[in-house]
This record gives sequence, C-alpha cells and structure tokens, in this order.
Amino acid sequence: MISEIGKYLMVIFQAFKKPDKGSVFIKQLVIDFRYLGVSSIGLVAFISLFTGGIIALQTAYNIDNPLVPMWLIGYTTKQMMILEFSPTIISLILVGKVGSSIASEIGTMRVTQQIDALEVMGINPANYLILPKITAAMIYNPILIVFSMGVGLFGGWFAVVITGQVTSVAFVDGLQSFWDPFSITYALIKTVVFAFILASVAGYKGFTVQGGSVEVGKASTQAVVISSVLIIIFDLLLTQMLLT
Amino acid sequence: MIEVKNISKSFDGQEVLKNISTTFEKGKTNLIIGQSGSGKTVLMKCCIGLLDTDEGEIKFDGRRFSNLKGINQKNVRKEMGVLFQGGALFDSYTVEENVMFPLNMFTDNTLEEKRARVNEVLTHVNLENVNSKFPAEISGGMIKRVAIARAIALNPKYLFCDEPNSGLDPKTAEVIDELISELTEKFQMTTVINTHDMNSVLQIGQKIAYLYKGQLWWEGDHQGILETTNEELNDFVFSTELTRRLKHR
Repeated sequence: MISEIGKYLMVIFQAFKKPDKGSVFIKQLVIDFRYLGVSSIGLVAFISLFTGGIIALQTAYNIDNPLVPMWLIGYTTKQMMILEFSPTIISLILVGKVGSSIASEIGTMRVTQQIDALEVMGINPANYLILPKITAAMIYNPILIVFSMGVGLFGGWFAVVITGQVTSVAFVDGLQSFWDPFSITYALIKTVVFAFILASVAGYKGFTVQGGSVEVGKASTQAVVISSVLIIIFDLLLTQMLLT
Repeated sequence: MIEVKNISKSFDGQEVLKNISTTFEKGKTNLIIGQSGSGKTVLMKCCIGLLDTDEGEIKFDGRRFSNLKGINQKNVRKEMGVLFQGGALFDSYTVEENVMFPLNMFTDNTLEEKRARVNEVLTHVNLENVNSKFPAEISGGMIKRVAIARAIALNPKYLFCDEPNSGLDPKTAEVIDELISELTEKFQMTTVINTHDMNSVLQIGQKIAYLYKGQLWWEGDHQGILETTNEELNDFVFSTELTRRLKHR
C-alpha cells in the first residue's frame, strides 16, 4: 500500500513537470476537453434531469403533514442537488465513464509500447499523457457539475409541477429560500478535488500497467474502484472541513 | 559508433546480461541475435535507456549514456530513432500525424515544412497516399514502414530496431530488411537490429553479436556465421533443415 502510494506520487510528480512544448500541451488539452468533457454532457444531463425529478417526487411523497410548507420540496431538492448529488454522485458516474476510459487508453498505450516510444524520443510520457487529462478534468468537471445542478433543479420542478404535487410558485419559492452562495463554492471545491482524484488515479493505473489486455482491464477496474473509494472518503473529509 | 562496455543487468537476483562488451559501428547494420531469453531485448533496452544497467557503461560517440537522467539523456535520445516490434504507432493519430509527431515536439518548423519532411520520409520508405489513414487501416508491413519513417524523421544518428520482421511474411520481411539496410548506408546511421530471423542475419548482418545465456558468445559478420565452428551458434543458426542445407552447400 505504501509502495503503491509512493509510485503514484512519483508518476504524478513526473506528470506535473513543465510540458516539453506548450503548444503541444494546449493541443492535447483541447482534445481531452472534447474527449473527457463534451462527450459526457448527454449522460450528465440525462441522469441529473431524472434524479432531480425523483428527489422532488420522493420529497413530496414523504411530506404528508399539512403543517409542513410545500416550498420545502423545492428547498430540499435544491440542497440535495447542490450539496451532494451533483458534485459527488455525478463525479462517481464520471469515474465510471471517464476514469475507466483514461486507464484503458493509457494502459493500452503502455502494453503496445507507445509509451516506450514516447520515452525513447526524449518526451516525458507522464507529463504528455496524464497532465492534460488532469487539467481538463479539473477545469471541465466544475462546468459539468454546475450544468448538472441546473438540469437537476429543472427536472425536479418539471416532475412535481406536471404531476400536480406542488405549484410552480411554491417550488421556485423553495429554491430561493435560505440561499447560501457558499453551498456552490463548497460543491465546486469538492468537484475540483474529485476531478483530480479521478484523472490522476486513472492515469496512474493506466501508466503502470504491466502485461497485456487482461491487465489493462484489471487496471481500468482498479482505477474505478480506488477513485470511487477515495472520492467518498474525501467527500466526508471536505464536508467536515468546509461545512462544520 | 556505440560502445557497450562490461554491461551487466539482473532482475530479482537473476543475471540476465553478464559482462557484455561490444561495439556497434557507424554506417553498418549491427545485429544482436540469440535465442529467446538470451538477453538481447534487455541489451537493447539498456542501449536505448529504457532500462538502467547494474554495471558497465554505454557510450554514444564517446558520450556516456547509461544511467544518464534528465536533460543529458534527452539530448542523446533526440539523436535516436527506435522501431519497436509492433511499430508502436499512436492509434489515435493518422500516419501523417505519427510521422510528424517528433517534428512537432522538437522543431519549430512551419506546418508546410513539417508536411514536406513527412512526405519526404514516407517516400524514403516507399509509402505514398497513406497520410490520412490510421494505423488500424494499414497492413503490418506498412505499419513497420511508417514506424521507420517516424524513427528517421529527425535524421537520427542511431537507429534501433526491435524484431523488425516479426509477424511479417517472408517477402515483406525482406523488403523491410533492405529498407533498413539502404537507409543505414544512405544516412550513415549506426543501426542496431535485434532479431532471430536468419534471413536478416544472412542478408544484412554486417556485424553480428550472438548472445547465449546472457553472455556475448560470438561476434562476426554474415560470412563468418556460415563458417563458424562455434557449437552453440551453429545449433542456433542452423536449427532448421533449410539453413542446414545452406551450410553444407
């Protein structure tokens, strides 16, 4: 375990060195934006829309006391989407999609000697392959998460209004109640940390693959499992640090 | 010229290379041959810096390379071209982007200049009209040729080829051998080829180093191989009926 952490830190240290050529780094970054970020918009939108709706409907279902105000449905949906669902659950979903993809891509490059080819050309392969992915994830994931929050709240509004559980005015009133801008800051801080975990762990697992296609598959699975566990642990730590 | 002096390398206490000393000469195709497990791949990996040696040193035209780190190693590596066994082309790049890759990384040429150089080296390896194809869309022989084109794009002084003929039919293998031999002579590179293809040995082996159980067992040229009395080398080279007939002809 300690040796694994040491290897991880060495690879990440190599990755964070100055890029061999700035223009090549920017080009890779743009490719990774498209590959890791833009391609995830559809999935994030779909999951956020439906989850927002489900959260709102479940909240409405559980409010059976006539003394509880109906705007609470909008408030609860907002709090759940912003504080937990969008930053954490969407990050976990992105681990499955993006993290496994990074680990498989870099792992395949390792077993087919493409990384050796980079190295013998005098290029720092960790820097060339991993740094743009970490940077892209840390910039793009917060955008995706804010997008997820918006879509989720819309999904919640749509679900409860169309089913007649609550009026549009009451739901929007709930969204505007007890507004604390720090909750967005908190969510974005978590997202940036989770994005770093996602891309760095997946990059490391792919980069250090030894063997063939079976090992690439294992590395991909390990990347998803380790990233998910770390994200949950850091979620607790960050919540304790930032919200209490 | 590349000088290998007293190289040793072990993995988990098992000595894979034992005190190897040899030279790879400029303008010649230098072959490392030996059975699987004899240490030839490890020797080549030490030469190109993918593995550190335990003992000994490797010099490129008098410059010590073994166990170098950082910018010093990078400077020598810029003068190297390496052809990997499977080609090691970047899957997500086209042929043109693959060959242009080292030019993008190490030159400040304009796109037109780089394109011109790409077309020039692709012509050297007899490939035309494949610039926009991806590695998955071309044959094994073409992949090897693109990999050679990428390896020579920066006019390297040293060319390393790991099993350049593996997975190729005999005719294509011969074409690749001739190509490497021609390019070596034309650009006066120091070429080191790791192979166990006997056709290559007999056709282009200007200098041959035979490794046996991690030791340098024999050195000579392709004519010398036909006449050698070295028992282990004879067992290795003339292990097939065809090569035995050739020897006794």
